[in-house]
Amino acid sequence: MSRSIVPAPIARLPWMVIAPLSILVLFGGAVLYSAAGGSMQPFATSHLIRYGVFLTMALVMMFFPRNLVRFMAYPAYAGVLILLVLVEALGAMGGGSQRWLELGFMRLQPSELMKPVIVLALATFYSTLPAGMVPTWRALVPSGILIAFPMALVLMQPDLGTALAIAFGGVVVMFLAGLPMRWFMAAGAAVTVAIPLAYFFALKEYQQRRVTTFLDPESDPLGAGYHITQSKIAIGSGGITGKGFGNGSQSALNYLPEPHTDFVFATMAEEWGLFGGVLVLLVFALVLRWGLVIARDANDTFARLLAAGMTATIFFYVAVNLMMVMGLAPVVGIPLPFMSHGGSSMMTNMICVGTLMMIHRWNQSQARTGFG
Amino acid sequence: MIFRRKQQRPKQVVTAATLQHSFNRRTMIIGGVQGGVGVLLAARMAYIAVAENEKYEMEAESNRVNLSLIAPRRGWVLDRNNAPLASNRADFRVDLIPDRLNDSAKTIDQLGSLLALDPTAVQDLKDKIGDARGFQPVEVASGLKYDQFAAVSVRLPEMPGVVPQRGFSRFYPTGPAVGHLIGYVGAASKEEFDEDPSPLLVTPGFKIGKDGIEKKYEDVLRGEPGARRVEVTASGRIVRDLETRDDVQGNPVKLTIDGPLQDYAARRLGLESGSVVVMDCKSGDLLCMASMPSFDPNSFSDGIGRLEYKMLRDDDRVPLRNKVLKGLYPPGSTVKPTVSTAFLKEGLDPEETVFCSGGLRVGNRVFRCWKRGGHGTVNMAKGIYQSCDVYFYHFAQRLGMDPIAATCRDYGMGQEFDLPVLSQFYGTVPDPAWKLKKYDRQWQAFDTVNATIGQGYMLANPLQLAVMATRLATSKHVEPRLLFDKKVPKFRGMGISDEYTAYIRKAMSDVVNGPGTAGRGRLPLEDVQMAGKTGTAQVVGLNISDGRSGPWKYRDHGLFIFFAPFDNPRYAGAVVIEHGGGSGAAYPIARDVMTFMFDPQKGLDALNSYERQWGGTAQERLNRKYAAIAREAGENVPPVPTRDEDIFDQVEAEARSAALRPTAIAGEAVAPRSDPTPSSAPGGGVPE
Repeated sequence: MSRSIVPAPIARLPWMVIAPLSILVLFGGAVLYSAAGGSMQPFATSHLIRYGVFLTMALVMMFFPRNLVRFMAYPAYAGVLILLVLVEALGAMGGGSQRWLELGFMRLQPSELMKPVIVLALATFYSTLPAGMVPTWRALVPSGILIAFPMALVLMQPDLGTALAIAFGGVVVMFLAGLPMRWFMAAGAAVTVAIPLAYFFALKEYQQRRVTTFLDPESDPLGAGYHITQSKIAIGSGGITGKGFGNGSQSALNYLPEPHTDFVFATMAEEWGLFGGVLVLLVFALVLRWGLVIARDANDTFARLLAAGMTATIFFYVAVNLMMVMGLAPVVGIPLPFMSHGGSSMMTNMICVGTLMMIHRWNQSQARTGFG
Repeated sequence: MIFRRKQQRPKQVVTAATLQHSFNRRTMIIGGVQGGVGVLLAARMAYIAVAENEKYEMEAESNRVNLSLIAPRRGWVLDRNNAPLASNRADFRVDLIPDRLNDSAKTIDQLGSLLALDPTAVQDLKDKIGDARGFQPVEVASGLKYDQFAAVSVRLPEMPGVVPQRGFSRFYPTGPAVGHLIGYVGAASKEEFDEDPSPLLVTPGFKIGKDGIEKKYEDVLRGEPGARRVEVTASGRIVRDLETRDDVQGNPVKLTIDGPLQDYAARRLGLESGSVVVMDCKSGDLLCMASMPSFDPNSFSDGIGRLEYKMLRDDDRVPLRNKVLKGLYPPGSTVKPTVSTAFLKEGLDPEETVFCSGGLRVGNRVFRCWKRGGHGTVNMAKGIYQSCDVYFYHFAQRLGMDPIAATCRDYGMGQEFDLPVLSQFYGTVPDPAWKLKKYDRQWQAFDTVNATIGQGYMLANPLQLAVMATRLATSKHVEPRLLFDKKVPKFRGMGISDEYTAYIRKAMSDVVNGPGTAGRGRLPLEDVQMAGKTGTAQVVGLNISDGRSGPWKYRDHGLFIFFAPFDNPRYAGAVVIEHGGGSGAAYPIARDVMTFMFDPQKGLDALNSYERQWGGTAQERLNRKYAAIAREAGENVPPVPTRDEDIFDQVEAEARSAALRPTAIAGEAVAPRSDPTPSSAPGGGVPE
């Protein structure tokens, strides 16, 4: 029997998610190898090393007890908020916008950390809120404040994509916490009205251009529309089976901008075609479904909201990035989880995965104690 | 009431259980949305990658592959013995693409020092870059040494927009001698590109015919461009060659021109401003169409420099004007053999005489002969070889102007010939109807007098005079031709009997070999005798200038028509020297050119001694003159018109007005000089 060969602690690891994730990261490594012109440097090696480091981190996170996590929720939120302010202050001193803190071994983007932390904070908040107060303003205002502060700080950077990601994670938690449906409807209506206003008054000119270009990329094929056009050319020219590993001309000849970060999917699709794209989509479907199943199986509100919120955060990355490279969304600068080269995004997503594995363990141990 | 009703509404009870239930429901919604987005993305990708695959594959390919044309080698222009008048020379060249320049002034200065360009060339280049269309390459320099070429090539990364190339450039071995005839080549202008927006026209190194044969036979000479497909990066760097298709060289154009003769005649013109035309009497082949001074088409092909333009522009001998086709001159006495032919056709007995006492009274006016003392008894032959004006005054009064005008036209004057040239001026043969139409005035006796001695309104170009000489020599309606053809065409006769043809030939031979006006025109050969007729064309009245000295532009034109051998003509032609001071400037040139035809060494010996006096060949003198002007002018030279066409339009307009100047004295009888063959030119002679 396999049990006798594989030690129990290893066999109990959530292979359901580690296996597909590792396949995706290895695949991403191959794409980065090709994007570097057939070389492990400078992208592929660091990509794989980071995955190893952050997977270890996730496995350690897995063993955090529930109470510690709940206890740490607000301090963590406060800490990341302070980091955001710090970044803003450093940026102001440096005379420009700055989004990261130089830690020496990596550049830490506090706004990235805020994505899982906001979910954690809100999950903690709603799990402590008495059920009867959920449909009242007391359920809305504190969480609204929790979301508004980091959003405002991130928008000042300015980083619209990350601000929207934070809002998305927060709103999904609120939605699943059971707040009245009509609030979301009203908010949806308000946003519909606010978008045109925001476009004209809140967005910087380069952000406005990205939006108009998204709506009509051919209007400026060599300027702002260049990214989208070249990305679509890369995906479209890949066809069903792709041009073959290392044969992508769009990325190799630098027509595709950012072939190793935001547009890594286009780099992949050019060489691996529709098959590669479907494989990537399937892996993400597996991971996200796994996340939602964990949320469904969780035993208490905190775990449920935390799991669902983390899943939603990963989903937001994937959906916005893929819509962007396929010309369905404006270019907002959001990388593709587990494939794009970049430490911060890998860290955020592995925190989400680690959190999910942690809740998975809680679920399992609870079930065992329940039955045992 | 409203408030009450609201309070009465049944309050929904929220418990942990209902929250769990709502969570499960809403998780389903979220999952559904995620699944939906996933399907949407898969569908979108399938649409792009499958349905639009072909379109995007093409776009990726057009991104990747850059097709660059290779300028075709131009066809050669050959002379009648297949020697090249225009060929191609392998060449290292550097071009600039204005659009790709970051800092044009800096790049040009850098190129200037790398290629050792002089300051005016650098200034010219900056002018050109200023006017250039973005993608149209501008030639920086051609004919570079390999070292210079390599020096530019290794610095390419820091000089975007600079394109070093190996290619071919046009080469005219005899330079200025063929400038007007062959024309020159240059980069296509904006107008030419608008007319024919082919990418070839903006290919670096591609040159289009700008003038003369080069322009007329552009479609024959051009050839088929080659192509090179290369893989390029987004920034335009070439990664590798994919495939190369060789160019197809243009077809040659073979002319009737005799290259060595053309060169000889051009050089023999020396310091004079004038032209030499030589034709083959049997076929009408144009053996030589030299017009000097001229420009060097080799140096025009990389654009006309401002100094060069200044030099050519400021020269009152108009080096840019092709005088063979666009110089119009009163033919002077060279028209007399043709007028004699008109008399013969009207039935005049050539032995009928008139007594010349130095003038002829018509009505109450006396028209004077050039020989104030008179020629005594003059028959037709003496009228020709002694160029007696009274003989012609007398019989022209008797026979009328109309037959004279008709014969002049029949012999080529006032005619446009079917030649592959861009334009030709055809001059004037006046007659009463013409004068009435043009000036609304009646034909006067003095008009006939003027016309019979080739003055007044009468104007012809040197080509027409050469055709006239040929037709006089052969009594055949010989048509000039410039494209070589082995087939000798059959020409109709001029309606002159053999006896009269021989009579005219003998009279014209006596001009040179007998008691005529061009005794020093005798060929230094045992067995060949040249026949001819001198002419002196006054450009201003006797009161302004004596025609020989004083300001150059008031001096008389010297003309000479000729054929040889006189009794069995093989070659015929005309020499016209602008303001040469009389026919004495013209016939020695004809003598040397004909000597060269029959005995090249003898001809060259004569030329070499002249060139020692003049200070080198035409090319050498041109180069020295350019250097002198460059030294003197520095950079303060006005820029060149941006279009070559403008330059030549201007030259042509000036040629037209210059041609009309001598007719200003046509309102009166033109009193001929007392000496028909004066000379102020070296090698000139006096009548014996």
